[in-house]
Amino acid sequence: MTAWLPVLPVVAPLLGAALAAVARRQVPAQRLIALVATSTQLAAAGVLLAEVWRRGPIALHVGGWPAPFGIVFAVDLLGATMAVITGVIGTAVAVYARADADAGAERDGFHPLYLALLAGVAGAFLTGDLFNLYVWFEVMLAAAIGLLLVGTRPAQLDGTLKYALLNLIGTTFFLVALGWLYGLTGTLNMADLHLRVPAVENRGAVLATAMLLLVAFGTKSAVFPLFFWLPASYHTPLASVSAVFAGLLTKVGVYALLRVFTLVFAGEGTAIQTALCWIAGATMVTGVLGAAAQQDVRRILSFHIVSQIGYMVLGLALYTPLGMVGAIFYVVHHIVVKANLFLVGGVAERLADGGDLRRMGGLYRRDGLLAVLFAVPAASLAGLPPLSGFWAKLLLLQASLAAGRWALAATALVVGLLTLYSMTKIWNEAFWKDPPEPLPAGRVSGRSRALLLGPIAALAAVTVAIGLWTQPFVALAERGAATLLDPAAYVAAVRGVAP
Amino acid sequence: MDTVYAAVAGTVTACAVYLLLDRNLVRVLLGVILLSAAVNLGIFVAGRLSRGLLPLIPPGLERLGAADVANPLSQALVLTAIVISFGLTAVLLALVLRTARDLGTLDADDLRVSEPRREEVQA
Repeated sequence: MTAWLPVLPVVAPLLGAALAAVARRQVPAQRLIALVATSTQLAAAGVLLAEVWRRGPIALHVGGWPAPFGIVFAVDLLGATMAVITGVIGTAVAVYARADADAGAERDGFHPLYLALLAGVAGAFLTGDLFNLYVWFEVMLAAAIGLLLVGTRPAQLDGTLKYALLNLIGTTFFLVALGWLYGLTGTLNMADLHLRVPAVENRGAVLATAMLLLVAFGTKSAVFPLFFWLPASYHTPLASVSAVFAGLLTKVGVYALLRVFTLVFAGEGTAIQTALCWIAGATMVTGVLGAAAQQDVRRILSFHIVSQIGYMVLGLALYTPLGMVGAIFYVVHHIVVKANLFLVGGVAERLADGGDLRRMGGLYRRDGLLAVLFAVPAASLAGLPPLSGFWAKLLLLQASLAAGRWALAATALVVGLLTLYSMTKIWNEAFWKDPPEPLPAGRVSGRSRALLLGPIAALAAVTVAIGLWTQPFVALAERGAATLLDPAAYVAAVRGVAP
Repeated sequence: MDTVYAAVAGTVTACAVYLLLDRNLVRVLLGVILLSAAVNLGIFVAGRLSRGLLPLIPPGLERLGAADVANPLSQALVLTAIVISFGLTAVLLALVLRTARDLGTLDADDLRVSEPRREEVQA
């Protein structure tokens, strides 16, 4: 049982997806399968995290083939933490979708696609092999295309097309880089690459490969100037779909950046670090300015994803222990907060019959609880104390000041202020100003209100908890960052030898 | 032989990029298909080309030389990539068809349903 632990968070939703696909006509059965699969994923990831915390990195050699000949699943603290967060968001959105996904969406295969997406995300976090990572990327992409199309709005076709084409080109870049890397080193196992890449004589080819991977993962994580697919598509599908996308998908790209540019390519002091610094700054600024120009709730939030990705890349670009801690902490905080904001946005759009701020208003009076539940993640996103976003930004600011990157620190501060501006805009327009005439007919009541607001309240509680009991989370991020910067234990676990 | 392969892969990539830059979505899709073909050629060369060799290790051999066996791994990688790109291409093809029918255009510049122009928003 413990031997299979590293793949359990992947197997649970994958099995669920298969079962839900078989039970195509039994929608109630599909709902049950989705809830069981996501909560199993969460539980398995939790046990995995406890195990990794106690024993250090663990690896599963699939089929008993020793690394680097077989495929390995290798889990360190970062991977296990990401798997837990995947379970948290997966379970919360599965509950929310009970009220959000209508009968048509469920008939169109919402549940199997949703579970396949979660399996792809968890697989990407837990695998120890680059080609395997590529396969999980494609699993996510295929499931994501399906999920984006569940529904009937014409805008969904348009958004999906842009999403699919640009992401497919991104993964093709990944594949090119894999071919080159294999040609240069003869392996695609990440721990093995860690040992072999420094010995490659053709440094130019190594740098070119690294840059290709930067483009590939940059497209996935929506950094400047590769983010255009994100604001084109994230506001079109069901609210549940855009919440899980906003929380998890771009962060898989960030995770891949964190993993590859510490384990495989030592980025410190190279052109990679310079590129990452510029990307971080430009991403923060363009994202937040893009958001300022928008008038649609979910489009504003989409641009803020881009801007926040800049902070995470900033943590990586510093290549200091504190920067790495900040990046990991930021990813965890951001996933919870961003998914939650999209969930709130979904309810607000339901009440106001659409997400255009100019035609919204009065939501504070119509649903006070919803307004409070919006204020918590919104304030956290903008970095107000004592919520999780404050500590995340504080860590990154301290790290960039300690590294002497004054310009990046100043950019991060100003962007934080502009984030507050956007959140205030949503608050004023949607919640505070007088309701429009005639009053929209949208209603959310009874059981569906409980199903919609329950997960939102739970995720808001997580944000507050991270803000008030910060120390355990920082300790987790510190140990995760330590393994990233010194992967000896990870490499030893994969190679099956004592460190 | 490697040089010929590399040149072919480069030429196909150039054609793919040319098609990807077009505004017509069908041509963009053809570009995606060509690009993945070019990439597969690249992976194939990266795994060392050989002629008339088996991917089996002859009995009694202590050390493997490049001329002893074929490399099966790159072929396995290419096969996986072909299957994946085949599936996604089929999905994209359906998507483009549906877009042409429902939205009535294949010009990328006219696809403004999810991101309307500013003057359209205000109207």
